[in-house]
Amino acid sequence: MIRAIHRWPGLLALALVTVLSLSGAALSVFPAADRLTAQQVEAGLNMATLATRIQIAYPGVEQIRRAASGQITAYWFDQGAPGAAVIDPATGLGVASADPNPVEHWLTNLHRSLFLGDGGRIAMAAGAAAMVFVSLTGAALVARRTGGWRRWFAPLRGPLSHRLHVEIARIAVAGLLLSSITGLWMTASTFGLLPEADSTPAFPADVSGQTNVDLFDMPTLVSTSVTDLRDLSFPYPGDASDVFTLTTDRGTGHIDQGTGALLTWADLNGLERVSETIYMLHTGQGAAALGLALGLMVLGVPVIGGTGVLIWLAGRRGRPRIRGNQRAAQADTILLVASEGGSTWGFAATLHAALTQAGQKVHTAPMSAFAPGSYAHAARIIVLAATYGNGDAPASAKGFLDRLKALDGETLAPLAVLGFGDRSFPAYCAFAETIAATAEAQGWRALLPLDTIDRQSPQDFARWGRTLGQALGIDLDLVYHPIRPTAETLTLVSRRDYGAEVQAPTAILRFALPRASLWHRLTGAGFARFNAGDLIGILPEGSPLPRLYSLASARRDGFVEIVVKKHPGGLCSGQLNALKPGDTMSAFLRRNPGFQPGRGHAPLILIGAGTGIGPLAGFVRANARQRPIHLFFGMRHPDSDFFYSDELPTWQREGRLAQLVTAVSRGARPNYVQEALRGDAAEVARLILDGARVMVCGGRDMAAGVADALTEILAPTGLTPAVLKAEGRYVEDVY
Amino acid sequence: MKSVLATLALTTALTMPGLAMARPVTLTTTLNSYGGDGAYLALYVTDASGAYAGSLWMAGGKSKYYKHLTDWHRATAGDAAQVNGITGASVGAGRTLEITLDLADALFDAGYTLHIDAAVEDMRDSPNEVAVPLTTQGAGTPVRGRRYVARFTYDM
Repeated sequence: MIRAIHRWPGLLALALVTVLSLSGAALSVFPAADRLTAQQVEAGLNMATLATRIQIAYPGVEQIRRAASGQITAYWFDQGAPGAAVIDPATGLGVASADPNPVEHWLTNLHRSLFLGDGGRIAMAAGAAAMVFVSLTGAALVARRTGGWRRWFAPLRGPLSHRLHVEIARIAVAGLLLSSITGLWMTASTFGLLPEADSTPAFPADVSGQTNVDLFDMPTLVSTSVTDLRDLSFPYPGDASDVFTLTTDRGTGHIDQGTGALLTWADLNGLERVSETIYMLHTGQGAAALGLALGLMVLGVPVIGGTGVLIWLAGRRGRPRIRGNQRAAQADTILLVASEGGSTWGFAATLHAALTQAGQKVHTAPMSAFAPGSYAHAARIIVLAATYGNGDAPASAKGFLDRLKALDGETLAPLAVLGFGDRSFPAYCAFAETIAATAEAQGWRALLPLDTIDRQSPQDFARWGRTLGQALGIDLDLVYHPIRPTAETLTLVSRRDYGAEVQAPTAILRFALPRASLWHRLTGAGFARFNAGDLIGILPEGSPLPRLYSLASARRDGFVEIVVKKHPGGLCSGQLNALKPGDTMSAFLRRNPGFQPGRGHAPLILIGAGTGIGPLAGFVRANARQRPIHLFFGMRHPDSDFFYSDELPTWQREGRLAQLVTAVSRGARPNYVQEALRGDAAEVARLILDGARVMVCGGRDMAAGVADALTEILAPTGLTPAVLKAEGRYVEDVY
Repeated sequence: MKSVLATLALTTALTMPGLAMARPVTLTTTLNSYGGDGAYLALYVTDASGAYAGSLWMAGGKSKYYKHLTDWHRATAGDAAQVNGITGASVGAGRTLEITLDLADALFDAGYTLHIDAAVEDMRDSPNEVAVPLTTQGAGTPVRGRRYVARFTYDM
């Protein structure tokens, strides 16, 4: 919700705000330049002295002004012709033209009104208001993303455009808020929407009627320091009823031109001080350094805006377009989608189109947007749920279960849940099962029993579609065409072969990094950004279904590396194991944010067997910060399938790896990695109590054995793997 | 260019009992290219003793800036009601303001003086920019202002 109300005003106001910020940044230079070029005033110089100097140089002087920058300007009449100059206070003589800078004048008008008068002022004020709004909603998003206001400057991860957007914004937001709020105040003041703050004293009723008293006989002028001056206006020549008008930092007064007496005086009132402070904060006049700092901050606005557009575009490209999506309140069918990699959205689009064609009004939304209160005309709710990792909710289903549990007996339209998964995983469609079970416990009536789609099977989907059609009394023919992810071509650079002796031929395959386009680099798409632990989808010849492998390298390493064991009769693993350097494969990248070591310096316990060493080796290789890593590695035989046996000693020497424990399953004393853990139980328990994070990668049996071993090891501490999982300190990548 | 017809009898003290006779007078004020934003102009009349008699026109809509028309502000104590209904937009550099008013006959050849105060943002305030006696003879004779007004005439 916050994201939407952040995005749209931001996109709409982008052009306006860009003009505002660029012109504002350019204007911020002038007060600093004025400050640098302003003539120095000798210490203790008083107004009587300065005014006398100027009067000697320009006998027709009418007005002396001092700008916030310290620049002193005099205006005079000489034989009927007006003159003006910037004055050197030491001599009273003009040193520079007093004409306003035409560039500054042009920029000022662009900045506040686009040269369009009052209408332009209102437009620019709307831009400033949008800036305030977008800054506040953006700040809320940053706080949410970094995990709270106290973690405002926490390090960021993600595509370059995301990081640039937030990095610049979280520094600039203070300046943007200050500039836009003060700008709004000034516009309101211009339009007279604020209380008037004029404290100018009334013109004195009685004057002496005499003229020509010496300026040094005016005590007020003598006691006023030049550095406090704002403005001194001289009386009209020949008008004995006129007076001197003096304005200083403190207030305004009138001085008799015949006696030198101060006739009236009024201090600046509180409102005027506030107004002046706001003017100073906005323009930097009188606070040149602050002005420059604000100018620099607002220079970030075009970058923030541009990256914001990129983020928005990248988000739109991530899922197929749903044509003719109805509003939630009007729809009779609500279609909620929880997808991790995006493939479930393809099914949703197919279902949406088919239902719409059958005359239904369908509203399709991510599951995180579940809002039962707004489904006024819903006759059924259909949930398409992928499963992430070990039965967890995908990111796009955030908060769904909590809202479901909070329903508290509300009657909702009947529910159909369709799970998407891969039967070879233990937690097959576990999230869909959780939804169905929770809904049943809440008394939510089922439209159809829970059904599942195995490995994106179009046949499964068509079958389920017929069942749904029967329940609705319509003919529903769901024809799903799998969307192949845009793959890139990877070229094999080198391979290292292992395991032939133990009947498990395995290769560490290293591919060249594909060239990343600028677009990919900015949006972090494709191979422009990846880490060890992310997944690579290989599209083998002869099958539309990709096979996923865990990456053993990061983009920073400069290559794409995977560890692949050849399965007997395996289509993809066979093709990969047959690759020779120079051969190519089609592949795409899929992020796996759940299997990352994360930041921080807490110890890492990495447990893997066989090809599961791949991502773990990648974590060790990337550990330049020497975080204590304890690697438990199970293999068949050290002479045959000890992957990374060349690198591991080096990494240990470099401090990237603190401890290596190997378990050999074939040989004199067969040993599995879970046994190795038990053998080191005291140390493992101590590390976990110290906050260590456990990462397990490998086959399902190995992972189950490791979980059992850890349960035993942790029993004396009161901790369990389940507790660690809930804290995010125990993660698995199991296949 | 601004062309208006205002009847001062409605708003100011320029019509007194017995001054029922009035005639249309066109006031034309052309500004020079002083290189700034639009100028605020106050057109007003003082009597033979120099006392404020009434306002003819105010070019500039935001009363918060009227204090920069210093003589007018002093004479009226900043009373914006003095220009109620006779206020228009400020006048850009190089542009001309033309207004037509019904002025009482008695204002002419009786020592009355027409004044223009001018003010421009970030530039010098110019009270008494123009001061021209109202005489039937002087009608049509251009007068130059001190700083911003290139040419001012009143035509009957």
